[in-house]
Amino acid sequence: MSFLPQLIFLIILGAASFFLIKRVKFLRRNIFLGKSETRNDQPDKRWKTMLLVAFGQQKMFKRFIPAFLHFFVYVGFLVINLEVLEFVLDGVLGTHRLFAPFLGGVYTAAMNLFEFLAFTVLLSCVIFLIRRNVVKVPRFTKPEMKGWPALDGNLILVIEIVLMLAILTMNATDQILAVRGAEHYLVVGNLFFSGILHPVFTGMSTESLIFVERASWWFHIVGILAFAIYVTYSKHLHIFLAFPNTWYSNLKPKGEMENMPAVTNEVNMMLGIPTDAPADPPAEIGRFGAKDINDLSWINVMNAYSCTECGRCTSECPANLTGKKLSPRKIMMDVRDRAEEVGKSLDAGGKGLEDGKSLLGDYITKEELNACTSCNACVEACPVNIDPLAIILDMRRYVAMEESGTPQQWNAMFQNMETSFAPWKFSPQDRFNWAEQVKEEEIK
Amino acid sequence: MSTYKVPTMAEMAGKGESPEVLFWVGCAGSFDDRYKAVTQAFVKILNKVGVSFAVLGPEEACTGDPARRAGNEFLFQMQAVANIQVMNGYNIKKVVTACPHCFNTIKNEYPALGGKYEVIHHSQFLQQLINEGKVALQGGGEFKGKKITFHDSCYLGRANNVYEAPRDVIKALDVELVEMKRCKTKGLCCGAGGAQMFKEPEPGKKDINIERTEEALATGASTIAVGCPFCLTMMTDGVKNKEKEAEVKVYDLAEMIAKDMGI
Repeated sequence: MSFLPQLIFLIILGAASFFLIKRVKFLRRNIFLGKSETRNDQPDKRWKTMLLVAFGQQKMFKRFIPAFLHFFVYVGFLVINLEVLEFVLDGVLGTHRLFAPFLGGVYTAAMNLFEFLAFTVLLSCVIFLIRRNVVKVPRFTKPEMKGWPALDGNLILVIEIVLMLAILTMNATDQILAVRGAEHYLVVGNLFFSGILHPVFTGMSTESLIFVERASWWFHIVGILAFAIYVTYSKHLHIFLAFPNTWYSNLKPKGEMENMPAVTNEVNMMLGIPTDAPADPPAEIGRFGAKDINDLSWINVMNAYSCTECGRCTSECPANLTGKKLSPRKIMMDVRDRAEEVGKSLDAGGKGLEDGKSLLGDYITKEELNACTSCNACVEACPVNIDPLAIILDMRRYVAMEESGTPQQWNAMFQNMETSFAPWKFSPQDRFNWAEQVKEEEIK
Repeated sequence: MSTYKVPTMAEMAGKGESPEVLFWVGCAGSFDDRYKAVTQAFVKILNKVGVSFAVLGPEEACTGDPARRAGNEFLFQMQAVANIQVMNGYNIKKVVTACPHCFNTIKNEYPALGGKYEVIHHSQFLQQLINEGKVALQGGGEFKGKKITFHDSCYLGRANNVYEAPRDVIKALDVELVEMKRCKTKGLCCGAGGAQMFKEPEPGKKDINIERTEEALATGASTIAVGCPFCLTMMTDGVKNKEKEAEVKVYDLAEMIAKDMGI
């Protein structure tokens, strides 16, 4: 027995692991370009949120058809990965269907379940391709989806279809070979879905079948490893990041904006209120608000890497619905793109954040930021609890406080508030005038 | 016969009294001609029911919400800290307001600045009064049997998960509550939140309030009920734009209750 296939397998597995670890380190470093923030209060609630929203797909089911199809792909991913364990062990040990002799009928049942899932994944992916490219569901054809994002979406679906076809082809040829009594091949019983493919292969010689079976096996396992690496370049990263992303969900009321303690200290000093701020202010006060990714929290950046560009946020954004430039999905894509750009630059010994570019201006325009009504529709819509609003509001803070770049009408509103304590230009003395009339009315 | 009373905190403190609840009127409730009617309707209800309340009157200032949402954190905190000083000075424990923006800011954002109060929206307050039987609804008023739709304010709904209180108030009027296609968690903004009330919208193909008004009109409701001064303005403008102001009225919940009570 030749050990060559095992050796080749180990080399491929090792190389894939090496690249994968390198990519994970790259992503991790990029996410932590964001500011530190501790958000681990209420762990019970966090685990529950993760279980319901990520594991349980709770928010997906607000739109039933895609949720249903996605559920098959999701369960397929979780369950078929159990089979990958056998694949890897077979590859390393040079065995074939290692678990079959131990599990007997259970193995047959498991294989049928895997095949059923492979079939439903395949079917769902085909429908998803049709939705994207034939039906052209509006949220997949927005301007930010042109080019790579559209290709990325289609590539993922095609890869998944091809991988599932490989499993079914492998099982079909494997069982034909087993029935013919070919060496190493075990009869595992009746496999329904790959059985459908039998007529395609029964006319082939044993040698050809062995070739097809081995090719499918190698294609599937190498394909999965390659896909795992591809995922780190792709929006498909949500399959892993959805879990930490939901664990770190914002558990506060959605309407609450995070306080800025640095501002509180200054306001208290101006108003002569004693503060518990340190007597010596830190030598370097950070920027107010967010201009670039390092001004955002690492959770904002993780949000961006968790985004799979489904566009549910954008399809419910009142600004986007009425033709404004703002798209919450684009905000998340921009944060990710900028983090990638900075990360790549740092790895190449470049200037990183000091490259003269920034998230504001080079990626996200004021026009987009100004269009937001802070209605939280995007936050509510996100199936993995991404918060585009937090980023928008933080960037508005930078525009207002560091650039004094807010629209003229907002500046007028600020001025009214400073002088008349109301956003409109009314005399503060007149604030109570509304009561005069009612005070004269007799109670009926 | 006596007249309606609108005591201020200063007057009450002068007499050594303190009310059960502070009615936070807000800027729209104080200055906006249309929303002043809502403020008046609400104080009439409070009078009629005998709730011990007071207002800050000229001591009230904008909560700072639009400044904060427009990015001006300094201005927001200046407003907030000054308001908190006034409210803490009167030892206020409970606040009711007819503005979801004030509600959200005082409830969720003032605590970080030292202002900790129990804050409820007037829809919740009205719901409680109805549930306790304190508001005697006649049910035969101008709304009886009419189709009414409720427009969720973002700062009440998604921002604070208050969806049922305003609906319960409407249902108590013996009317037919009809929902818009986008309601509750999926409710569409009127277009005024996030300080949009104070500037022209960005270039686009439509105004948000028109989109929302079309949806409200599609229900066939004769009344669009709201619980927010900005929504009231936006929906009223939308109805006017669609030239439906003769058939379709936009009312705040407090106005509807006051009308039913005949006050």
